[in-house]
Amino acid sequence: MLTIKNLHAKIEDNEILKGLNLEVNAGEVHAIMGPNGSGKSTLASVLAGREEFEVTEGEITYQGKNLLELEPEERAREGVFLAFQYPVEIPGVSTINFMKTAVNQVRESRGQEPLDAVSFLSMMKEKMKLVEIDQSLLNRSLNEGFSGGEKKRNEIFQMAMLEPKLAILDETDSGLDIDALRIVANGVNKLRTKNNAIIVVTHYQRLLEYIVPDFVHVLYKGKIVKSGTKELALELEAKGYDWIKDQVAVV
Amino acid sequence: MESAPKGLNEDIIRFISAKKSEPEWLLEWRLKAYRQWKTMKEPKWPNVSYPEINYQDVIYYAAPKQKAKPKNLEDVDPELLKTFEKLGISLTEQKRLTGVAVDAVLDSVSVATTFKEKLAELGIIFCSFSEAVQEHPELVKKYLGSVVPMNDNYFAALNSAVFSDGSFCYIPKGVRCPMELSTYFRINAANTGQFERTLIVADEGSYVSYLEGCTAPQRDENQLHAAVVEIYAMKNAHVKYSTVQNWFPGDKEGKGGIYNFVTKRALCFGDHSKVSWTQVETGSAITWKYPSCVLKGDYSSGEFYSVAVTNNYQQADTGTKMIHIGKHTKSRIVSKGISAGHSQNSYRGQVHIMKRAEHARNFSQCDSLLMGDKCGAHTFPYIDVENNSGKVEHEATTSKIGEDQIFYCLQRGIDEESAVALIVNGYAKEVLNQLPMEFAVEAQKLLALTLEGSVG
Repeated sequence: MLTIKNLHAKIEDNEILKGLNLEVNAGEVHAIMGPNGSGKSTLASVLAGREEFEVTEGEITYQGKNLLELEPEERAREGVFLAFQYPVEIPGVSTINFMKTAVNQVRESRGQEPLDAVSFLSMMKEKMKLVEIDQSLLNRSLNEGFSGGEKKRNEIFQMAMLEPKLAILDETDSGLDIDALRIVANGVNKLRTKNNAIIVVTHYQRLLEYIVPDFVHVLYKGKIVKSGTKELALELEAKGYDWIKDQVAVV
Repeated sequence: MESAPKGLNEDIIRFISAKKSEPEWLLEWRLKAYRQWKTMKEPKWPNVSYPEINYQDVIYYAAPKQKAKPKNLEDVDPELLKTFEKLGISLTEQKRLTGVAVDAVLDSVSVATTFKEKLAELGIIFCSFSEAVQEHPELVKKYLGSVVPMNDNYFAALNSAVFSDGSFCYIPKGVRCPMELSTYFRINAANTGQFERTLIVADEGSYVSYLEGCTAPQRDENQLHAAVVEIYAMKNAHVKYSTVQNWFPGDKEGKGGIYNFVTKRALCFGDHSKVSWTQVETGSAITWKYPSCVLKGDYSSGEFYSVAVTNNYQQADTGTKMIHIGKHTKSRIVSKGISAGHSQNSYRGQVHIMKRAEHARNFSQCDSLLMGDKCGAHTFPYIDVENNSGKVEHEATTSKIGEDQIFYCLQRGIDEESAVALIVNGYAKEVLNQLPMEFAVEAQKLLALTLEGSVG
């Protein structure tokens, strides 16, 4: 589904990604771990098409298409979803209104009719259950005055609404207490199918106890320096990142 | 002769008055206003700049023109039709606005007729100003200039001398007007834009919601506009006045466009009376406009909800005045300015609590939203409190549409134009919510359209 080859990306004059390779297939969950500043969030931003990041080398193929040639909204319409580390506030715009606009624009791009109010509402009700989110929250201005947990739950709700093929969760666990973490993770697990893929970007192993990955990669200084299965995450949790840093230094 | 020669003097005013077969007292009133105007100076304090206006170079009377009407919509400027399309204006309405003859069944004339009959049953008077002068001279004479005196300000004096036409509305005691009164339904509303005069009188315990303007772009060959709106609210009366102003703003380089100098004022004369102004201002090259409330009756209240958008080289200096005279009077001001391009957008508001206005209260909120870095937003609040029991609150914020907000929308599959529309409408929501339903939907589209292409 997604093939990243020798990806180099910079912001202003700082090269952050320095030759990253990754292959993600449908039905898989990949965890990207790594110390602060290793380039995890940059990878998420580049995949979503954030303008500040410039890709200087390498290629990204998504479902047979050159992802880098697509505008951010086109990527979204092709099924790429980013759950933001810091969801943005939009005063005066309810989540419901926001999602209605998004869902209908995505549908339009696929040549489908916009959903009428009744179908939209029933779709929304169904997805609300998945992430245990209350409608009163969805009536409020998007992310404005939301707690950390509410924001992240709202991100997963949006993911459920948009039914992405490739979802990237950027530090979705940050700022969550254990109950919120469990709810968010349960939501994500319910959205796992054999047809979609999920990339979980995280600093800690904690989230991976709930969202069990098929593969774990360690990102360090802009490259993936180690890949393994879920056991690798446990090893990292026990030994910390210094162990990886030492290993890279030796090589 | 269909129009007066250029320039302004007493003969021209006599000519206008004669053309309209006006009674002697109205001619005298116009002449008095003219004599006062001659002694006045154009205000220079607004935060706008424009070339000197030569008032002797203006034609002050032109009979409604009988232009060659287009036979069907295919003959109409396709740019205009595109805008109509985007605003979602119905075909019938498009035809009416562009002057295409409409067939008998859908004709707005027949709509207007049924409409008028229904109002007449309730004793509501709703007609053109000229008609009111002929049919209801006692009402016009009593209330004309009672809220905005002829010498109130330079532009009001000019209007008083030369006003062309406008609307008159009277709601009798205890009557709740069952529909929104809109100039849409007045067939002769066209071509009265330049020196329009509106007078609304709401008798005791009555209610009316009045809509002015329309979301369709309005072009006019006359650059100078000076309108006056007076609202007189008696005891327990409630008037809601909503405007969508979309006059030609000039082109992208700032050429052309309407100069809009408007005096709008309501007198809450009776106890417990209430007047709400809601305005969505998107057009005109220059906007000078302060819909105000004089809160004379005890427990009377005034509200002002405004969205003012400026783009390209537009300049707006707009706001409100809330004059608290009566006891326990209340006012609420919510102003949302949006500036884009090279435009300048100023909020100017006065809250005055007079000596005998015990326990008066005011709340003001003035927000500015900037798009891009070449535009300006300014706030000029004036607060005078002469009574210690008064309570005045003022809040102001300035924000910028963030790239983060836009990117968040893009990432959900929403294109940039829709993203801007969504964010701007969210910002202006509190004001748009005050508009009658159909108007609000059109106003939302209009905001998006006005700001199209202004991010990037």
